[in-house]
Amino acid sequence: MPKAKVTFEDVGVTVTVPAGTRLIEVSEKVGAGITYGCREGECCTCLTKVVSGHEHLASPSVLEDQVLKDNFAPRHHRLACQAQVLGGEVVVKPA
Amino acid sequence: MNMVKATAAEGAIELVPDVHWVGALDPGLRSFDIILKTANGTTYNSYVVRGSAGVAVIDTVKESFSDTFFRRLESVADYGEITTIVLNHLEPDHSGALPELLRRAPQAKLYISSRGGPMLKGLLHGEQLAYQPTRTGMEVDLGDRKLRFLQTPFLHWPDTQCTWLEDAGVLFSGDAFGCHFCDPRLFNDNVGDFRFSFDYYYAHLMRPFRSRVLDALELIEPLPLKVIAPAHGPILRDAPDRYVARYRELSASRLKNEAAEEKTLIIFYLSAYGSTRAMAESLAAGAEDATGVRVSLYDIEGGEVSPFVDLIEEADGLAFGSPTINGDAVKPVWDLLSSLAAVDIKGKLGAAFGSYGWSGEAVPMVEDRLRGLKLRVPVKGVRARLVPTPEELAQCRELGRELALHLTGRQESTEIDMAALA
Ligand code: FES
Ligand SMILES: [Fe+2]
Ligand SMILES: [Fe+2]
Repeated sequence: MPKAKVTFEDVGVTVTVPAGTRLIEVSEKVGAGITYGCREGECCTCLTKVVSGHEHLASPSVLEDQVLKDNFAPRHHRLACQAQVLGGEVVVKPA
Repeated sequence: MNMVKATAAEGAIELVPDVHWVGALDPGLRSFDIILKTANGTTYNSYVVRGSAGVAVIDTVKESFSDTFFRRLESVADYGEITTIVLNHLEPDHSGALPELLRRAPQAKLYISSRGGPMLKGLLHGEQLAYQPTRTGMEVDLGDRKLRFLQTPFLHWPDTQCTWLEDAGVLFSGDAFGCHFCDPRLFNDNVGDFRFSFDYYYAHLMRPFRSRVLDALELIEPLPLKVIAPAHGPILRDAPDRYVARYRELSASRLKNEAAEEKTLIIFYLSAYGSTRAMAESLAAGAEDATGVRVSLYDIEGGEVSPFVDLIEEADGLAFGSPTINGDAVKPVWDLLSSLAAVDIKGKLGAAFGSYGWSGEAVPMVEDRLRGLKLRVPVKGVRARLVPTPEELAQCRELGRELALHLTGRQESTEIDMAALA
């Protein structure tokens, strides 16, 4: 299975994950500071800054895009409960 | 004197020329949103602003008070004149009469913050309402006067905003600067003593979002305020700046923190036979060893919840030590952990530790709770059976050291495989 690497910068942990993993599936287990509310891509609590490797995340759904817009999310910010890692290396930290 | 009855019969009340209060009094209410006590009720404040080219209605009332609201509104404006409806906040206590108002004034344009969109949908189920999302600095023209929006999210919901009427110096502040205090004399220089209610309301609604309050104050403090017109309680026309200053004061730390630039770690523990205490002390020693972190140790048994909550609000890192008794952490620990809704602890560093007799569930349960409270819990807690061995105390010391490294951004980077994560 294709693998990817995600680094949670605030806790200094890099995790090797299968392609397709959502950030939410890993971040809590490593104790990263990304926090969750609805877990369904609505509340924007899990807003996360993608420090690098933005291109390795699946592009946001129409819904995620709307939530990001409604909340004035800056460039290269994603919802951790939605964003899927496709490959390569991605570095994230809480927004 | 029956003050309440006296005002209920009257129409709109003028704040400044061509700005009227058209809200409702709810003297019978005794608790608000379940968590808040309201000893003498509350008010739902709604306002009408008249300009040369249009009339704006700012906020409405709880649905059951619609009749009073419409009666007061009709005394100062015709529905056909209303060009603008602003909702500073969409909670039902302010949006209750909105659908009916829009039916009566279908030509009016609705202004809400962009974060209000999903809430509007949730409130009106099915009914599609067009609205204009606002941004800080955006203006609505009423002819000879203008309304300007200030985004002040989380005072007290994500959607909250304030609306500024520059020519008259009136800030329609939504829930901010409000209180649950019902007095038909309406103005702060006329009503009874509402100081307690003002502070109490801040403590419950605003304090959990303290950093957002500070952001909002940056927008509000420069305004030449003549009147603050909040969505609940007295209208602040006498020395409104005093109430802004009070928010600043309430949002700041009490005493200056002696730790200054150093990070702080507070270790709370409870101990029946001294085991968990010994662990707490080792943890503290480990954190001190790492330097750069100011550690405080507190026995939960020797204190009360409310000052502990104050401490937690200010701390950077928190470790909780609880013995496992009958398969659970002990009640004083849960009491403390269930009292933190009033403060902002999101993103703080958390950890757990404790001794146990035969099962040791307390540590993972407390860790879960900390994660639920949106703390980061990157370092696995330490458990010790009965009396901690020197090795277990060394683990506590190591836990303390690692927490200190995390707090100061010096943690070692690690690489793991997802399969290795529990
Ligand atoms: S947790 Fe609500 S949007 Fe991700
Ligand atoms: Fe509210
Ligand atoms: Fe309210």
